[in-house]
This record gives sequence, C-alpha cells and structure tokens, in this order.
Amino acid sequence: MTIPSVPPALYLVLSAILFTIGVVGALTRRNAIVVFMCIELMLNSVNLTFITLSRFLQSIEGVLFAFFVMAVAAAEAAVGLAIFVMIYRSRETINVDEINLLKW
Amino acid sequence: MTENIGTILQWLVFLGMAFTSILASLLLITRKNPIHSALFLVLNFLCVAVLYLLLQSQFIAIIQVIVYAGAIVMLIVFVIMLLDLEEELRSGLKLFYSKVIGSVLAVLFLFGLIYSLAATSLKGKAGSYTPEKMSANVKAVGEALFTQYLFPFEIISVLLVTAIIGAVILSKKRS
Repeated sequence: MTIPSVPPALYLVLSAILFTIGVVGALTRRNAIVVFMCIELMLNSVNLTFITLSRFLQSIEGVLFAFFVMAVAAAEAAVGLAIFVMIYRSRETINVDEINLLKW
Repeated sequence: MTENIGTILQWLVFLGMAFTSILASLLLITRKNPIHSALFLVLNFLCVAVLYLLLQSQFIAIIQVIVYAGAIVMLIVFVIMLLDLEEELRSGLKLFYSKVIGSVLAVLFLFGLIYSLAATSLKGKAGSYTPEKMSANVKAVGEALFTQYLFPFEIISVLLVTAIIGAVILSKKRS
C-alpha cells in the first residue's frame, strides 16, 4: 500500500490558521510594533497560499506574486517603523489605543 | 514499503513544521515582551521557509530567510531596542468588548475559509511548470520575472525607492 502525499488542502488550512492568529493578534494587542509583526504574519501566511497553489497547479505566477508581496512587506517595514519612531518621539508612547488624535 | 519512506518523511516534516509554526504564532501574540514576540516571529518564518522547501520553491525559501527572518525582523528588533518600551500592560476594560467581538469574528472567518476548502477541490487548469521543471526553480523564476513580468518588477523597484526616501524623510529631525 502506498501512503498519499500531503494534500494541498492541509497547507491551505495551515495558512488559514496562521492568518487568523495574525488577525486576532492585530486586533487584541496594544503595542503598535506587535500589531505590525502580526501584519507580517498575515502577509506570510498569504505567501504560503500562493506557493501552495503555484506548486499544485504547476504554475510559476504564485512564486512571482510571493516575491512581490515580500518586496511590499519590506517597503512597509521601512516606512512603518520610521512612523513608529516618529510617533514615539512626539507622543512618548506607541500604544495604539492612546494614539487617537484623528478620532472624533 | 521502501517507496513510502519519502512520503512518510514528508508527512513528518510537514506536521512538525505546521505545529511549530502555529505554536510560535500563538506565542507571538501572547508574550508581553515585544522582543520575545520578534523572536517567535523568526521561528515562524523559518518553519514556513521549510514548508516552502517541501513545496519545491527553493528561491522563495531562501528569500524568506534573507528578507523576512533577516532584514525585516532585524529592523523590528532594532526599533524595539531604540524605543525602550515598558512591558505592555493588560489593557483596561476600555476596549475589551471590541477585542472579544473582533476575535470571535476572526475565528468565524477561519471556519468560513476551512468550509470553503472542504466544499470544493482545487480547480483550474494545470500549467506547464511540472515539478521536474520547477526543480531548476531559480532559473524558471528569473526567466518569468525578466521577460513576461518585467513591468511589475520595475514598478516594485520604484516602490522600494519611494519607501527608502519616505523612511529617510520621516526619521529626519526637523530643524
């Protein structure tokens, strides 16, 4: 008897679980840097979906999309962390529930 | 039995990496110290990189380790050290209900995703990149990137330059 190899659905379920953990973290944490890390986690889980479908549908577009997502994540990291440093300089905090100047 | 050894190994690596990455991401969102969160983020990225290798995407696995686990997490750790944050206090009741409702909705979203996976199988026409062709992964990626997808590639480079300029301008001291 032969054992079937790992089905694509399991990879997709894993990526859905990681995405949900990222959403929950981004919603419940107060520290802006941890929220940022949760967003990176979500981007990463979407990359896993891209690679899985690229592998099982035998196309290379998923790999290229994952590459582009990584470039966007790098750009986001540079700008986002610069914004955090600037907010900390002016407000002495980066707790997301205390930064509410734009709230009416 | 001998032909099953590769598959058994694949299952073992997949299950180990899946559980480790879920555990690492759960620890990431529950630790109070942001440095610990950053280190669990690295663990999660490395586990996902191994899964990429299992999916025969060597290029993305290497880029994952270099860009995500190397550059981005290094930036995050650097900023955490720069900001000298106190440990995060448990938030008061102010936002409690919105957090509970948001988490419940996120879990419902997970159930929706899993249901959609269980209800349908993988559709779509299979492309021409068979596993044999993908084994020369870097070459295939480079060919597609510099011929058919040259324009998005150039746009990504413009985006990166914009991000660098933006970061420099944002972190410049106002005179």
